[in-house]
Amino acid sequence: MRIRTRTVVALTGALALSLVTGCAQGGAAGAGANTVTYWLWDANQLPAYQACAKDFEKQNPGLDVKITQMGWADYWTKLTASFIAGTEPDVFTDHIQKFGQFADLNVLEPLDDLGIDESAYQPGLAANWTGQDGHRYGAPKDWDTVALFYNKKLTEKAGLAAEEMGDLSWNPEDGGTFEKAIAHLTVDKNGRRGDEEGFDRKNVEVYGLATGGAGDSDGQTTWSPFAASAGWKYTDKARWGTEYQYDSKTFQKVVDWYFGLAKKGYLAPFTDYTDGANPANAQVASGRAATAFDGAWMISTYYGTKGLDVGTAVTPAGPTGKRATMMNGLADSITKNAHNKAGAKKWVRYLASDECQRTVGGYGIVFPATPGGTEAAVAAYEKKDIDVSAFTGPVADKKDFTTFSFPVTDYAADVYALMRPAMQDVFANNAPVKGLTKTNDQINFILGQ
Amino acid sequence: MTVASSSPPSRLSPRDVEGTAPQPRSGRKREHGGGGDGALAALFIAPAMLGFLLFLFWPTLRGIYLSFTRFNLLTPAEWVGLDNYRRMVNDPIFWDSLKVTVEYVFINIGVQTVSALAIAVLLQRLTQSAVLRGVVLTPYLMSNVVAGIVWLWMLDTQLGIGNEIIAGLGLDRIPFLADETWAIPTIALINVWRHVGYTALLLFAGLQAIPNDMYEAAKVDGASEWRMFWRITMPLLRPVLAVVLIMTVIGSFQVFDTVAVTTNGGPANATNVLQFYIYGSAFGRFQFGYASAMSVALLAVLSAITILQYRLTRAGQTDLG
Repeated sequence: MRIRTRTVVALTGALALSLVTGCAQGGAAGAGANTVTYWLWDANQLPAYQACAKDFEKQNPGLDVKITQMGWADYWTKLTASFIAGTEPDVFTDHIQKFGQFADLNVLEPLDDLGIDESAYQPGLAANWTGQDGHRYGAPKDWDTVALFYNKKLTEKAGLAAEEMGDLSWNPEDGGTFEKAIAHLTVDKNGRRGDEEGFDRKNVEVYGLATGGAGDSDGQTTWSPFAASAGWKYTDKARWGTEYQYDSKTFQKVVDWYFGLAKKGYLAPFTDYTDGANPANAQVASGRAATAFDGAWMISTYYGTKGLDVGTAVTPAGPTGKRATMMNGLADSITKNAHNKAGAKKWVRYLASDECQRTVGGYGIVFPATPGGTEAAVAAYEKKDIDVSAFTGPVADKKDFTTFSFPVTDYAADVYALMRPAMQDVFANNAPVKGLTKTNDQINFILGQ
Repeated sequence: MTVASSSPPSRLSPRDVEGTAPQPRSGRKREHGGGGDGALAALFIAPAMLGFLLFLFWPTLRGIYLSFTRFNLLTPAEWVGLDNYRRMVNDPIFWDSLKVTVEYVFINIGVQTVSALAIAVLLQRLTQSAVLRGVVLTPYLMSNVVAGIVWLWMLDTQLGIGNEIIAGLGLDRIPFLADETWAIPTIALINVWRHVGYTALLLFAGLQAIPNDMYEAAKVDGASEWRMFWRITMPLLRPVLAVVLIMTVIGSFQVFDTVAVTTNGGPANATNVLQFYIYGSAFGRFQFGYASAMSVALLAVLSAITILQYRLTRAGQTDLG
């Protein structure tokens, strides 16, 4: 019995010890002193960054880059957990939507000593990553814009030429040529088009425009091209604004008109959209919708869909006479408690270099932040016979185009949490747009704290 | 039992086995006998006890403490007294979440308990097949997340097979998970599908404990199946049913994963159940103090409901013998 008790004690002790040491190993993230750990979420980009890492390791003997890729949703949860547990990566791909919160939590390392030259990147990309304290917290990585993807077979059948699709305009009164086009692309069960007599808006077979949900607080691929081309801005200042402007009459008029397209039967209703099962690209791929606003990060997905002949067009010109598209850019950030900070800085400097960005561009997956990287990406897309001018044009065209960024403010997570249900209420439940004024007050109250 | 009788003499005396109080033993005997067993028992309990203290008791205490603080996890907690509770009382989203959760619990428990009881009684009265019992349990083998995703696809308004069938029948498509009227009942029924087999087996185990001779005697007296169900099965099953109800109500109040993978709380907070709101406040908005206060409120609500259920259903008493 005594032996048995001892055995049990020993086994329990061994188990406890193994658990403790197991945790310890997990805490070090399995990385050695000469390793730089790097996290990213896009599986499509992984090969490109693996190629960069290989070149980097060649140039920096003794330094290893360990890349971990995980899906978008898991990525932020794990990153948050890692900050708490002290197992954060040295470097991670950062999103502007999350930047304000990380800056607020003080978990990012200032990157001023990297000597990032803002003029070396596409306009506006580098400036976004400066905190309210004036320090830089991200090195520009890539960029994207939003354009209109359309099913060529359906537009041709509707008699809409590519030139017409690329020259649409809109206004909140009668919707302009844009509304006319999507009305014409909408077909009901009896084969009548949206602009024809007797059109049955309750039994639509093909919607003119796919839905991407209610757009939450940014409306990146939904209402933002319209709100911005009407002259509206998210906040009182371009960066680190102190007041949101969802109470603006212009904004509310745009939202009312945009979601009103669903009531007319041209825009797929909210019920068509689920993040997981039926996003905009799936609606186009399944033939349920003729067009969809989507981002440059979806180019490969649309063009890679079997049996779908895709075209792209710039966003419609608005009441200001200009077109507008959100230009968003990712960056690489270093964590404040990175265990290999020196190595991390070298790696980020390399990631932000034209050399690495040209390598990434060569894969034709994203538009890297440097002009050289962008050129390499355009060439790679051309090789695949994909015309990306609807995405690149707006960045170069300063005369007829406005590019704008995600709103960068404090309490971004609160803004999202409040605006998401409010916008869904307008779209899904036909709640009056005036209600957004109350939500805006709540948001500004939080920002004013 | 046969194993026990053929095995070498155990350390338990026949009196112990019969359930009478063990006789006092000498000090030496106690050291090697009862005392040794006590130490060994404590040792076996130790891991579970350690787990309880580490993962339940301590987090509960810490959660209660954090509910009185402003805490973002990465900087030290700041004591704010009752601020979080004041905010909670005045937070319409919190009350709305509670309402949505209660709606979910009612549908889930109502449908699940009645269905599980029906399945359990049918299993007991109509079949001896172990295969059938296994089949009933099959959905329970799937994780909530997988079940949620599969149902999300099947019920999708445009692409789901469920709506294809509905449209094929000439009816209007139903936005099961995207319409505020349908979303909560749909999530509740997905979870009924997933858990009903397990609940049925628990009830089935309770039914097995009811002596068969009672049914035989009732049959001799000419009682119908329906009468036997209400006069024998239900009263004698009550303690098991009560425990099952308490467990399922607690579980239902904590619904999270199905919501997270199907609706994300939408549309327009229509499925923003309390657990999801707590999670969003903590891990989305870094308001761990406020999330803790809501968790404490949930603990209080569940404790009150459990005590009430226990009392009302006389869960600790049996009508048997």
